[in-house]
Amino acid sequence: MKKLLISLLIAPVLAFAAGAELHLDKAPDRAGDTAALQNGAKVFVNYCLSCHSASYMRYNRLRDIGLTEDQIRTNLLFTADKVGEPMRISMQRAEAKQWFGAAPPDLTVIARARASEFGSGSDWLYTYLRTFYRDDSRPTGWNNLVFANVGMPHALWALQGEQVMGEDHHLKLAKPGKLKPEEYDAMVADLVGFLKYMGEPVGEFRKNLGVAVLIALALLFVLSYALKREFWKDIH
Amino acid sequence: MADSNYEKFKSDGTLLGNVTEWVDARFPMTSMWKAHLSEYYAPKNFNFWYFFGSLALLVLVLQIVTGIFLVMHYKPDASLNASGVPVAFASVEYIMRDVPWGWLIRYMHSTGASAFFIVVYLHMFRGMLYGSYRKPRELIWVFGVMIFLALMAEAFAGYLLPWGQMSYWGAQVILNLFSAIPLVGNDLATWIRGDFVIGDSTLNRMFSFHVIAIPLVLLGLVVAHVLALHEVGSNNPDGVEIKKKKDEHGIPLDGIPFHPYYTVKDIVGVVVFLMVFSVILFFMPEGGGYFLEYNNFIPADPMVTPPHIAPVWYFTPYYSLLRAVTYPLFGVDAKFWGVMAMGAGVMIFFFLPWLDRSPAKSIRYRGPIFKGFLAIWVICFFILGYLGVLAPTPGRTLVSQICTVIYFAFFLTMPVWSKIDKCQPEPDRVTFK
Amino acid sequence: MSCDEKVDCGRRRLLVATAAAGGAAGVVAVVPFVASLLPSERAKSAGAPVEADISKLAPGEMMTVEWRGKPVWIIHRTKEMLDGLAKLDDKLVDPQSGKDMQPEYCKNAYRSIKPEIMVAVGICTHLGCSPSEKFKTGAESGVDADWAGGFLCPCHGSTFDLAGRVYKSKPAPTNLEVPPYKYLSDARIVIGEDSKGA
Repeated sequence: MKKLLISLLIAPVLAFAAGAELHLDKAPDRAGDTAALQNGAKVFVNYCLSCHSASYMRYNRLRDIGLTEDQIRTNLLFTADKVGEPMRISMQRAEAKQWFGAAPPDLTVIARARASEFGSGSDWLYTYLRTFYRDDSRPTGWNNLVFANVGMPHALWALQGEQVMGEDHHLKLAKPGKLKPEEYDAMVADLVGFLKYMGEPVGEFRKNLGVAVLIALALLFVLSYALKREFWKDIH
Repeated sequence: MADSNYEKFKSDGTLLGNVTEWVDARFPMTSMWKAHLSEYYAPKNFNFWYFFGSLALLVLVLQIVTGIFLVMHYKPDASLNASGVPVAFASVEYIMRDVPWGWLIRYMHSTGASAFFIVVYLHMFRGMLYGSYRKPRELIWVFGVMIFLALMAEAFAGYLLPWGQMSYWGAQVILNLFSAIPLVGNDLATWIRGDFVIGDSTLNRMFSFHVIAIPLVLLGLVVAHVLALHEVGSNNPDGVEIKKKKDEHGIPLDGIPFHPYYTVKDIVGVVVFLMVFSVILFFMPEGGGYFLEYNNFIPADPMVTPPHIAPVWYFTPYYSLLRAVTYPLFGVDAKFWGVMAMGAGVMIFFFLPWLDRSPAKSIRYRGPIFKGFLAIWVICFFILGYLGVLAPTPGRTLVSQICTVIYFAFFLTMPVWSKIDKCQPEPDRVTFK
Repeated sequence: MSCDEKVDCGRRRLLVATAAAGGAAGVVAVVPFVASLLPSERAKSAGAPVEADISKLAPGEMMTVEWRGKPVWIIHRTKEMLDGLAKLDDKLVDPQSGKDMQPEYCKNAYRSIKPEIMVAVGICTHLGCSPSEKFKTGAESGVDADWAGGFLCPCHGSTFDLAGRVYKSKPAPTNLEVPPYKYLSDARIVIGEDSKGA
């Protein structure tokens, strides 16, 4: 009996030790940092929003990250007329599919979709946006470490510069870009912070509300438990 | 039900008394209140495990109420909107962002689905621990298993509605199970889908099932479950019948009125449950990818299957049973037998009342064979559940096959070992432990 | 009630406290559900101010624009139409626009910012149908032999003049609503927003 139990307990451990590892860098936390999130929003609108939509996200929602409607209208409103409209793009999906092989996905909830057992969606995006490298065998001339044979060219290459795959399977910066590597990483962190915010704009408020709800329930617990004791003191 | 056993209410002259008398003359209000609450005598020794019945009822109400509000905003439409996103998927994000408090209601519903299964699994396990399915409670148990089946159907239909990748491919796999049935399988699967692939018509019929058909069945079954329970009375952790020892008024000596004693106790259980529920809802609504799967944030795409698809956690033990069968048998392919194993894994619960031949009901007085076998069975159930979320490898398949054999052996050999197990004598009266 | 031997005071106090706390929590829990029925961000966005180009609107004509899902009429009234308004006063329920159915800046004889351009929500104040245009006068209009031009609601026969004022002895209780609006230029008008920025 015992042997059976032990083998049952050990077998799964052996069976589960399998599967490819994906190493992801930890994305710096930008939650609640409005300056960083605003910068991320700016990068997103300037570099991503021409090909990728964020069609569930309304421009005026950006009030969450400390922007006024007028600021949104003047600085960010490129693809819509009204500040209450969602972040759509004018590119047709059919055309996009021809150009890139696959229509660029909507990015509203991308930070939630990219989570996996290897790390959060933010980690994936943070690593992905920093590991493009030159690969002449690809139609776009670009490849990526975490997204092999990706259809998207490196949209931020002017900022990051050009990386190449070294002999030792590590990326090296061959041609520097406009930003220093640490500046580029910080910018990507802001962008990823924004994407995470956009994936669930209510995220921070949700946690705050949760604390309040738990405090209220704790009070209810004390009262209801006292009431139960009071009634049950007669039962032996 | 009830009943002429109870006196009609006689007004004491107050307004409330007059109203009560008026209603009682026309509707069995007071007698129902007495029959099911204030004079329903429940054993006084209920322990932790006895919270989950009332909690299941609470979650049912929660799902119905949140569901009613979600239906006001959700659109079961697989066609693409102007941005190229399926309308159904976009309407869920619309609820999450544009509807005031929509995110809270949606998270309540999605967390509630998992909570429902946690509570129901624990409730069923309670029944196994204390022999609550034994005579005279066989029908309560049978209704309960039917509720479990309806719940699985409800959860399956509901999971298609967000129309994400996991919704789509999960439904693809499960509905294709029907095609395993020899001869008529493919036509049957097409008939169920209403299309040659999962599509708009599938989404619409699943919506109909999820919001109308199955909830109606579920409510009816719950009423039957509770009525049957109140007919024979509750079991308890000692597995002894409290109705055997009554006082001169015919009240069981070990019974206490459900109201107020168990109402106040269950309220404590409800508050604790709500605290756990809130921790998940407010701090980890995705439940680590088990309650809301990550791939389901990608809209359904019939052209691309995600690299790894797994059902939601509450289906995974049965999904493992399905995958464990890899040998063709009697000239019929393995797929069919896998589907049979999966179905049998659920259906076998129906027969539990007649498979168990032990002289004692409760685990407290049952012998080592039962305790050991039950422990192994529970471990197997967990392993099967865990394997169900992982991609299959030869090693994992072997483990799941061993667990599958044990899973069924537990039930099928029960008539033999439950009889010969060394049980202790049951006490006359209930005990507090 | 005072505490006597039969009633356990401690128990009663606890019951009241638990019921009160539980009740309060229940009420708070209802709030999100009730609030979820309010207009969503999408509805609010659709309800945002709309602009209209009135440069091509000839005298004696009207155009309709959609604002918050409702028809808003813009009527270019002729000199005769405007002159006719004052003669109707004794036939109308509220000729001086005393009831609060228009912004303060439209509380005048013509119920408009510029006399010739009338802006009104084309929804009858009775039960919400949209009245039809009856600009022809007299018997030719099919309304009445001495009809002065205006609107007739097809549902229950309420009539309004060319300033949206309701006639006496008709089911509609008040004049047509004038929405907030402002001129961006002589040719452009924005409905749903006025100079106060509302």
